[in-house]
Amino acid sequence: MSKTNVLKQLLQTLSLLFAIVCQASANPPKKVAITQFVEHVAADAVRTGVLEELKKKGFVESEDMSVIFENAQGSSATAGQIARKFLGIKPDVIVAITTPSAQAMVKAIGMDSIPIVFTAVTDSIEAGLVSSLTDHKGKITGVKDAPPIKEQMAFIREIMPEAKTLGVLYNPGDTGSVASLKTIQEQAQKNGFTVIESTPIKSADIKAAVLQLVGEVDAIYVPLDNTIVSAMDAVASSALKHNIPVFSADSESVKAGALACLGFSYEQVGYKTGEIVAEILNGKDPSEIAIASPSVMDIFINKDALEKLKITLPEAIRAQAQYY
Amino acid sequence: MNLIQFMGAVEFGLIYGLVAMGVLLSFRILDFPDLTVDGSFPLGAAVCAILIVSGVNPWLATFAAILAGMLAGLTTAWISVRWNILHLLASILTMTALYSINLRIMGRPNIALLGEKTIFTPIEYIELPHLFKMSIALGAVTIFILVLLYMYLISQKGLAMRATGANPRMAKAQGIAVNRQILSGISLSNGLVALAGALFAQSQGFADVTLGVGTIIVGLAAVIVGEAIFNPRVILAALVACIFGSIFYRLAVALALNAGFLGLQASDLQLVTAIIVGFAMVTPKLRAKILDFKATRSGA
Repeated sequence: MSKTNVLKQLLQTLSLLFAIVCQASANPPKKVAITQFVEHVAADAVRTGVLEELKKKGFVESEDMSVIFENAQGSSATAGQIARKFLGIKPDVIVAITTPSAQAMVKAIGMDSIPIVFTAVTDSIEAGLVSSLTDHKGKITGVKDAPPIKEQMAFIREIMPEAKTLGVLYNPGDTGSVASLKTIQEQAQKNGFTVIESTPIKSADIKAAVLQLVGEVDAIYVPLDNTIVSAMDAVASSALKHNIPVFSADSESVKAGALACLGFSYEQVGYKTGEIVAEILNGKDPSEIAIASPSVMDIFINKDALEKLKITLPEAIRAQAQYY
Repeated sequence: MNLIQFMGAVEFGLIYGLVAMGVLLSFRILDFPDLTVDGSFPLGAAVCAILIVSGVNPWLATFAAILAGMLAGLTTAWISVRWNILHLLASILTMTALYSINLRIMGRPNIALLGEKTIFTPIEYIELPHLFKMSIALGAVTIFILVLLYMYLISQKGLAMRATGANPRMAKAQGIAVNRQILSGISLSNGLVALAGALFAQSQGFADVTLGVGTIIVGLAAVIVGEAIFNPRVILAALVACIFGSIFYRLAVALALNAGFLGLQASDLQLVTAIIVGFAMVTPKLRAKILDFKATRSGA
């Protein structure tokens, strides 16, 4: 082979490579960056939901879009550093799961540079993320997952028509549960329950907090509370020992042993978030997207707990429920 | 790692550098292992945040945060000195109580400062590249505090405090009120940590009751990393080493955040950070050992 031939071949290969690169950059894959504050069943379920919904909308991971994921592992400073990383790589959309992650993201990135979709945030206005649910400026929007407390209290009454007292188990340090406490008390009263609170501040105190309610209450309600929810199996098993049914605000807890829940599954929160992310990837302006709640409400029942507690469900509930 | 991430690490490193100086004061200078910092860091953030959202001047709010932190430190030192309770236990008591107190102060677990006026608001109007603004401001604060602390530590009073930590019996024999030195030293230490908390809340836009988790570990790691790298022999070097140790720690976190290409997952972050920091601490010793080994070989 002569020298010119080699050169020719080299040039050909190069031009071919160039063509491939050009084609790729003509339709560059979208970049989606996801972050969450801690490892948590609920947060993980939201993340999976987001990716599933995006797939349905035509954005397949590592084909049509690349996904970057970081977890702050409970440190606010690390959450801030993750925000800096995302600011540097300039993704098309940022998904921030839970309040502290969303706040760190908004502070580092600002209102009008990269679109931020927050999710699993209970009160987005108090968290300072947006000023209004419908009319918000800048590139920030998201999904709030405040549990439907009004419906949940009526649901507990429906299952337990005889019950008088309701124990509420929550960590006074949890943003979500404190925000919802007033509504819980109001709605419980409306349905004829007397509320007794028990407030463990860390997972180690939970068992004692449950025992404190034994003999005092006919049922236990657990709001959306990171501390309690992450120790739900301990809560459920010790309550079950004393024949007390546990109702949870979130559906994941039913998998972990709580008797029943009427509400949004975290997958539903994720799906709704995924919908919004897809809209933004397709070019919609985030400021035109209102803060949404998941559109579907489900009934979740734990079979084991139901059998052990010997509770008969009303026909309407039995027909609709999903069993774990 | 890109420049934005690097500057982010510097920013957080400067904030936690104040924590490291506080920890140096308690652990090293006074020989008083003090875990109160896990509570006084969020305490500073809480006091500062609630005052700012109630319309108080941010400088005044920051000052109030320092006072609150000093009070927390004073409580720990008082429990330990007055009631002769082990320093570690006394600080655990205060730290535990502070969790509830912080919740009381804030009235809720999370206060957003996004869009509120803070001590950093004026720098928005200064003509500087946005990327460096916050680091320069925080750097100025940190250096200012470092100089003040240094001047205190080389003064008569500061020397008395250092003597107390180095040899309490000797110090007593020289007429130093040892207990009073511990009270003021631990107050000062926690005041610094609370200041760091207040600066964190204002620069990051929120105060959260979970802010304090692991503060003591980060502070202690910064002190030890600083010592390992700089091997400081004078007090000024020890203070400077705190700042650089803290920045190094944050750079390790940033590095760990970029370790994805090694097949590591997001959940491996803490492990990777620990390995990087551990490596940094061992390296100088390893180098010394190798040099030592070479020296004996050539000598023989």
